[in-house]
Amino acid sequence: MSEPMVKAEAVHKRFGRNEVLKGIDLEVAAGEVMCLLGPSGSGKSTFLRCINHLEKINSGRLSVDGELVGYRQVGDRLHELREAEVARKRAEIGMVFQHFNLFGHMTALGNVTCAPILVKGIAREQARARARELLDRVGLGDKHDSYPAQLSGGQQQRVAIARALAMDPKLMLFDEPTSALDPELVGDVLEVMKGLARDGMTMVVVTHEMGFAREVADEVVFMDGGVVVESGSPADVLANPRHERTRAFLSKVL
Amino acid sequence: MSSVKDTAERGRPEEIRAVPVRHVGRWVAGAIVLVVAVALVNSAVTNSRFQWSVVGNYLFDHRILEGLKVTLELTVVAMAIGIALGVLLAVMRLSPNKLVSGASWLYIWFFRGTPVLVQIFFWYFIAALYPMIDLGIPFGPALVHINANTAITPFTAGILALGLNEGAYMSEIVRAGIISVDEGQADAARSLGMTRLQTMRRIVLPQAMRVIIPPTGNETISMLKTSSLVSAIAVAELLYVVQAIYAVNFKTIPLLIVASIWYLACTSVLYVGQYYLERHYGRGSSREQGATLPGMVLRGVLSFRRPGESARPGGGEHR
Repeated sequence: MSEPMVKAEAVHKRFGRNEVLKGIDLEVAAGEVMCLLGPSGSGKSTFLRCINHLEKINSGRLSVDGELVGYRQVGDRLHELREAEVARKRAEIGMVFQHFNLFGHMTALGNVTCAPILVKGIAREQARARARELLDRVGLGDKHDSYPAQLSGGQQQRVAIARALAMDPKLMLFDEPTSALDPELVGDVLEVMKGLARDGMTMVVVTHEMGFAREVADEVVFMDGGVVVESGSPADVLANPRHERTRAFLSKVL
Repeated sequence: MSSVKDTAERGRPEEIRAVPVRHVGRWVAGAIVLVVAVALVNSAVTNSRFQWSVVGNYLFDHRILEGLKVTLELTVVAMAIGIALGVLLAVMRLSPNKLVSGASWLYIWFFRGTPVLVQIFFWYFIAALYPMIDLGIPFGPALVHINANTAITPFTAGILALGLNEGAYMSEIVRAGIISVDEGQADAARSLGMTRLQTMRRIVLPQAMRVIIPPTGNETISMLKTSSLVSAIAVAELLYVVQAIYAVNFKTIPLLIVASIWYLACTSVLYVGQYYLERHYGRGSSREQGATLPGMVLRGVLSFRRPGESARPGGGEHR
C-alpha cells in the first residue's frame, strides 16, 4: 500500500483545560471517502480543523500525504513551519464549512476565482474560465454573478464546494456541509459530493446524513468524547454496531 | 382548495377605500413647526444686524476662499493620516504579540485622553522640547538632522496634531469593523491558502468597510470643523481668516455667518460622498441594492432616476 493521505497517531487537542481529542488514531487512504459520525461535542469538527492546521494539535502526530501538518521534523525535534509554508500546504486541502463562509463582498464567480488568482498566481481569464466550468458542474451555471446573500443555502454551499475545488485539492474536508440547510436543499449538495467521490476525490466528511454515509463512505468512524469508538465499513458500523454508545447514537439518528 | 377557486372565479375584489383616521396631533405639530420656521426666517431677513449684504460681499472674497482651501487641505491630509494610522493601530491592537497590542493601546489611551487643542499647542511648541530632531539608527548615528524650529511650521504642527489624534479614534472604528466580520470568513480564507496579510487585505477589511464607513463619514465631517481649532496657532484656515478680517472691520456676525455657510456647504458635499461610499461597500450585503429610504430619496434627487429602479441588473430575479 502507498502512503495514506491522512494519518493520525494519538492526536490530542486541548482548549485550555478542556481536552477535546484524547488520542485519535486513523488512516484515510488516497481516493477513499471517510465519514466521521458522532454526537455534537465529540471532537469530529475539531479533528477536521486539525487536518489543515486551523487548529494546532497538542500531542501525537498528524500527517497529510506523508508530510507532518504544521511541523517539520529535524532529528527528533519538531520545528514549527513558517506561515507561508503552512498556507502553501493548506492550499492543497479543500475545506467546506457548515455555514458556507462564502466571501460576502464577492460574487459567486469572485469567490471561486479569488484564491487561485491570489494564492496560485493563475491568470485572471484562465481562473474565470475554470470557475465557470466548476460552477456549471455544481449546477449553478446561471448564478455566476449572484452575491452570496442572493443565493439559497444549498446554492451557497455548492459555490463553496466549487471554491474549494478551484484550488485542485488532493484532499477535501467537509464539516457538516448540510447541517445548516433546509431539508429540501440537502439533496443537491449531497449529489455534488457523491459526484466528487465517484471521481476518486479523497474526502473526510463530518456528517449526520446516515444515508450518505451508507451509500458513499468507504469507511465510517464513530467518535464520542474525543476518542474513536469504532470504525469499519458502513455496513458493519451502521448495521451491526458493536459498541453500546454507537448503538445508542444510531438509534437516535436513524 | 374551494376557497382558492372561489377567489379565482370572482376575480380581484375591489380596492379598499376607507375613510382615513384624522391625525389632529400631526396637524397641530405641523402648524407649530411652520409658525416657528416662518418667525425665524422673518427675523433673519428683517433684522438688519445680520447684514446680509456684507455676507454677500465676503462670501467669495479671495481671502475667504484661500482660508477655505487651507481648511480643506487640513481636513484631507489629517484624515488620510488618521485613516492610515487607524488601520495600522487596529491591526496592531488585534495582534497576538502583547507588546505590539500594548503599544497600540497606550497610543490610543494617550491621544484620546488629552484635548486636541492641547495636542495642537504641543506640536506647535515641539521645538522647545526637541530643538533638533535626528532621524537615524536609535542610539546610533543620525542620518537626517531636522531643525524643529524651521521644519514644524504652524501648518505642519496642525496636520500632525489633527492626524495623530484622529488615528486614535479611527483605530477604534476600524477595530470595531474588523471584529464585526464573522470569524468563518478568515477560516475560509486561510483554508484556501491565504496568509494572514492576504486574509486581512482581501477578505476581512473589505467587509469591515461596511461598518467602518458611516462613522468615518462622521469623523470627516467632525474633522472639517475641528480643523478650525488650529486657528489658535495662526494657521490661516477659514476661521482664522474670518477672525483676521473682523478684527479690522468689526463685522463680526456677518463674517461668522460666511464661515458657517462654507462649513455647511462642505459638510453637505461630504454627506453625498458618504452615501455613495456606503453603497459601494454595501454591495453583496443585502438582497437589494440601495434599498434604504434615504438612499432612494437622495438618488432620486441627484440623478432623477425613477425610484425603485435597481442599480444592478438582475438584482431582483433571485429566489
